[in-house]
Amino acid sequence: MIRVQGLYRRFGEQAVLRGLDLDIATGEIMVVIGRSGGGKSVLLKHLIGLLRPDAGAVLVDGTDITRLRGRDLDHVRERYGVVFQGGALFDSMTVWDNVAFPLRERGGLGDAEIRGRVEEKLQQVGLAGMGHKDPAEISGGMRKRVAIARALVTEPEIVFFDEPTTGLDPILVNTIHHLILELHRKFRFTAIMVSHEIPEIFEIADRVAMLHDGVIVEVGPPDAVRSSSNPVVQQFIRGDIEAVPADGRR
Amino acid sequence: MVAALGRFGRFFAQALGYTVVPPFKFGQLIDRIHFIGFRSLTIVILTGAFTGMVLGLQIFLTLSRFGSEAYLGPAVALSLIRELGPVLCAVFVTGLAGSALTAEIGIMKITEQIDALQVMALNPVRYLVVPAIVAGVITFPLLVSIFDTVGIFGGYLVGVELLGLSPGTYFGEMKTFVDLSDLTTGYWKAISFGIIVPWVCTYKGFYCGNGAEGVARATTQAVVLASVLILVWDYFLGSVLP
Repeated sequence: MIRVQGLYRRFGEQAVLRGLDLDIATGEIMVVIGRSGGGKSVLLKHLIGLLRPDAGAVLVDGTDITRLRGRDLDHVRERYGVVFQGGALFDSMTVWDNVAFPLRERGGLGDAEIRGRVEEKLQQVGLAGMGHKDPAEISGGMRKRVAIARALVTEPEIVFFDEPTTGLDPILVNTIHHLILELHRKFRFTAIMVSHEIPEIFEIADRVAMLHDGVIVEVGPPDAVRSSSNPVVQQFIRGDIEAVPADGRR
Repeated sequence: MVAALGRFGRFFAQALGYTVVPPFKFGQLIDRIHFIGFRSLTIVILTGAFTGMVLGLQIFLTLSRFGSEAYLGPAVALSLIRELGPVLCAVFVTGLAGSALTAEIGIMKITEQIDALQVMALNPVRYLVVPAIVAGVITFPLLVSIFDTVGIFGGYLVGVELLGLSPGTYFGEMKTFVDLSDLTTGYWKAISFGIIVPWVCTYKGFYCGNGAEGVARATTQAVVLASVLILVWDYFLGSVLP
């Protein structure tokens, strides 16, 4: 279980996270929604341990990772898989080497086993036979799928998705969502996803959390969030242009 | 300014620590030796040859005013081995491989590839910086040796083949005046530049700004800072070494 407690983070004069609380249950798909620039990726980077908060804690199975350094933090990260917004594929390597990279670096597996796992993952994301290509030679949708394959190849317990469908057409958005859902059913990892894809995201989330002004203003199952009486949530879901006052009342 | 200097020093101390603590990334080291050393060979040979030829011509013209043309060989060799070889070679390698190193790491940073390394529990300093610095220490003395050798033959071409000095005089006087301490001075400089250039260039890539403009600015700053540090350190070493 991941528990975020009173997370506070300021960049210069701007407080991006203002005492954020959130619980993520083991094995669920939690989707964090919210406006662009609202701090969703910053929250994700705190969960991964790439940023440290000014105050607050991120407890992963009871261990506060904001206090960990070096190898202790690496041990927690070995349980993680991360799909970055742009894929973050290593452009000096082929697709195959990108997917094999975490296995090779972690060690403990023979060449045959690495080959088997990489080919299996490429097949699962629908990219069998594409391993020889360079990341620059494949489309945006394919790059996202390679990134998913790379994140899952180590069979992590917790997978983070930072806007995995941004910039893709609606068909590809649905393809990636169904792929994530399918892989989640198969491997039962805990998924934390940051996304803008309304309403598609309601189809795959177990729970949805709405981030606004640095705090979670609504969290619950998709239907509950969809029918929330909170005007901030309704404005975001409907895509209304009219601004909602900071206190959420009209 | 003080904070930036502290960060610069801490970055180097961290890299130095990982140089002696396993695991070592030998694959990356081989790649960086190719990146810094092999890819710089053409420019080092070309610039080495013309530096030697220019030295040969200018020193011959100067010495001929005093009737001392016989000292052309040692003058060219000492200039190259003690000073121009290490400095010019380091500056050219900075422009070629150092700038590419900054741009490569800068692009890795802005496309989250460095974050990806971190979340795979891989230390990016160990993975990207240490192999570059070790490769610099290995390749710079080799490149300087090639630069000096080609330069000495460039001076020979002008002094002996074009201006008529005897080959025996050119090399014979060199044997008399160039000793081991001159070579060690040149190599100490080469080794230290082999640390400075990758250190500065990887640091600037790691802490580059956002977007293409950030990478471009970091690359320019890396070349300028590394070149200035090369000259400052060259003066310092020139003062303390025999």
